[in-house]
Amino acid sequence: MNSILLATLVLFAISSFYFGRSKIKKVALVRSIEPKALPKFYGYYQALWCSIPAFLIISFWTFFEPIILKNLIESRIQSMSLNELSKDELNLIYSQIVSFSQGTFTGQISNGIKSGVETYQSLLSVSQGAKIVLFFCAIIIASLFSFNQINKNVHARDSVEKIFTIILFLSSAAAILTTIGIIVSLLFETIQFFTKINPLDFFFGLNWSPQKAFMSDPANMTAQEAKDLREAFGAVPLFAGTAFIAFIAMCVAVPIGLYSGIYLAEYASNKQRKWGKPIIEILAGVPTVVYGFFAALTVGPFFRIIGENLGINVSSESALAAGLVMGVMIIPFVSSLSDDVINAVPQSLREGSYALGATKSETIKKVVFPAALPGIVGSILLAVSRAIGETMIVVMAAGLAANLTINPLEATTTITTQIVMILVGDQEFTSAKTQAAFALGLTLFVLTLILNFIALRIVNKYREKYD
Amino acid sequence: MTREQRLKKRYTAEKRFRLMGIGAIAIAIFFVFLLLLKVFSTGSTAFVKTTIQTEVDFNKELLELKDVANPNIEQIKSAEFFDVTYKAATGLFPYSNAEEEKDVKQLLSGNYELEIKNYLINNPDALGKKVMIDLTASDDLDQLHKGNFPRDIPEDRRRLNNFQLNIYDNLLEQGKIKTVFSNYFLFSGDSRDPEIAGVAGAIIGSFFSIIICLIISFPIALMAAVYLEEFAPKNIVTDIIEININNLAAVPSIVFGLLGLGMLLGVFGLPRSTALVGGITLSLMTLPTIIIACRASLKAVPPSIREGALAVGASKVQTVMHHVVPLAMPGTLSGTIIGLAQALGETAPLLLIGMVAFVVDVPSVPTDPSTSLPVQIYLWSESAERGFVEKTSATIMLLIGFLIIMNSLAVWARQKFERKW
Repeated sequence: MNSILLATLVLFAISSFYFGRSKIKKVALVRSIEPKALPKFYGYYQALWCSIPAFLIISFWTFFEPIILKNLIESRIQSMSLNELSKDELNLIYSQIVSFSQGTFTGQISNGIKSGVETYQSLLSVSQGAKIVLFFCAIIIASLFSFNQINKNVHARDSVEKIFTIILFLSSAAAILTTIGIIVSLLFETIQFFTKINPLDFFFGLNWSPQKAFMSDPANMTAQEAKDLREAFGAVPLFAGTAFIAFIAMCVAVPIGLYSGIYLAEYASNKQRKWGKPIIEILAGVPTVVYGFFAALTVGPFFRIIGENLGINVSSESALAAGLVMGVMIIPFVSSLSDDVINAVPQSLREGSYALGATKSETIKKVVFPAALPGIVGSILLAVSRAIGETMIVVMAAGLAANLTINPLEATTTITTQIVMILVGDQEFTSAKTQAAFALGLTLFVLTLILNFIALRIVNKYREKYD
Repeated sequence: MTREQRLKKRYTAEKRFRLMGIGAIAIAIFFVFLLLLKVFSTGSTAFVKTTIQTEVDFNKELLELKDVANPNIEQIKSAEFFDVTYKAATGLFPYSNAEEEKDVKQLLSGNYELEIKNYLINNPDALGKKVMIDLTASDDLDQLHKGNFPRDIPEDRRRLNNFQLNIYDNLLEQGKIKTVFSNYFLFSGDSRDPEIAGVAGAIIGSFFSIIICLIISFPIALMAAVYLEEFAPKNIVTDIIEININNLAAVPSIVFGLLGLGMLLGVFGLPRSTALVGGITLSLMTLPTIIIACRASLKAVPPSIREGALAVGASKVQTVMHHVVPLAMPGTLSGTIIGLAQALGETAPLLLIGMVAFVVDVPSVPTDPSTSLPVQIYLWSESAERGFVEKTSATIMLLIGFLIIMNSLAVWARQKFERKW
């Protein structure tokens, strides 16, 4: 349906373009006036007027028709049924109605649903009819209006460019829309989660075992079930695991990344830079799932074998393996960022230090490094936020059991691992378990947002200082 | 301490510092090589498969085609192949009891019946004759032949028992076991059996996602970058948009997966597990990256170009569209390709929107359920069979190959069309 309308719209728009272009020529000729813009702008003008209102109507319908229909049908089902239906049951009935009227539903349906299907189809046909009528009205009215405007010899280029600028602005607002989308979708589920689970239990609880949380009817829940539910979603082990693995990763990435960044910026010859930098940056281009594979199949077993030989019990999924590999992944991040900030330190500082007789390493340690420190701290913060948000390595190599431990040889779990574990596979949106994943996601989002915000501010402030 | 001693100490410190720098780079490069070595050494064998030359008797009687003089393809397709395939599989080696019969049959892949059938469909002349066909061997025999299974461990810890090993040695001696290019790995969909599992579905799924990502993110990103660089007034709205884009670029990818799950699947009801939703999610994720790259390349166009265009009477929009954007194209293109390469390697958001389903069929449109290359890597690396390890590595080789191609394309685009101002 929509594709036919869109095709019609495109046809109308194209013909409008030629119409508008020839119209202004005729107007100019008949009234012997000079058009205020090139003829093609009148073509664009006519085409835009013809298509934008109609396109808005189609988009509006596409987005809101299902939602409105759903509400109408559901309220009708609710009023028809004898007892109160839950949201899930309503959803199920509605989806049955929709799939039956689209002909994709196979199986028996009850009489109640049959009448629902009839209502749905009549509502749908009303809505579709209204859409088509409005669509053509919009095309006709808008075309007549712009036709009139062309007759008056308006400045078409100004109007066209104004619309163009508005479209540009809307594209850049897409980023804001994305952020709003993220916040809304996370917040919506999280708030529902916090109506079931006390936020204090979530943020300060020490026991994470969502599989225990069977949501039976809240009204007749036994005391034991309620207790289980309250104690199932303590996220502290996840926060601790995330911080712990990120810490191990930073222990690997910061020294190696920093030293290689310093070497590349200060010591390396042009040739060494030309070869060294891209090779290190390969590490940044490798997909994280590859690191996960590497951690799970090479590094993890390697540590276990070493542990066996030393008589230590090392689990094959360990925080150490995940952290180490994550550190390797972050090396190029730290190294190229610190390379940049070190290069931004003015040469005069170095020359001043050399003039006092300092060696190169002394200059770096006592002059360049302190001068670059804010930038380096900023880049390390960015690296930390990346380590916290990293998913695949920990999913594949860090384990699933939520242990509250500081032993790097044991399995630990992280925020991202648990989000994946909960949401992969079938899930229902109303269960506390699913909503817990969104709550974790929101925590992660806010956490990384704060880190990034601070880091970007530090880096920018520092940049301004030497510009 | 004398002056000389102090100087010597300082020079030693200098040397030590330098060595630590070299050491850090060496460690980083060592990791690169270790990673690539591991992947390439385990993955390269997945491109070949092991076959067993088997005698197949396309007996008309067994095929129940006795009454047909010249059977056409349709009749061959509907013929009864059970007896023929059974005889072929059990005829590999003489056995004495039902247990051993099963052992013999298990040396062939789960797909051997179909292979025999397809052989006859492609070579109808073989009807009524005895022919030797190279049938795909089972995963266990394949891994043994490739040297991935040790033979000298106790029988109960081996995937193949002594009887099967004996058959293998026997067949090997007769020269019936061959290693050929695997037609399954690159050209078929996923399977539970490693020897016939392939990445075609994942490649197509990735392709669809990336194309959708390109269609959505490139125009929007370019227009957003043009607005912010050329038109945006310096006010609070612009500032908010800019801060927002910079922060969005650093949001963990899994959060975009939650967005896709909550918004695209939950609110808009788009089909789950499809490349369409995957592509949209990835495009939202890469949008900020591409915007930042496009802005940088627009910024690199010197103001003299704009001033020249404005001086001869072009409007602001004409200046930008006719001069600035075309001149910035190499940079925007290479930025886009790099953004897409990042999207190609992304796994976590796709897991959340359900692209981890076990999909046997190769998708034909973006609304079919599918996986993508990185997700296939994840799926196979979680599988227990040894045969999937080499498949995983080989898929990584493919993925890295695609990434290298895309990145070289980006470098090429920039160098080929770049202008020095």
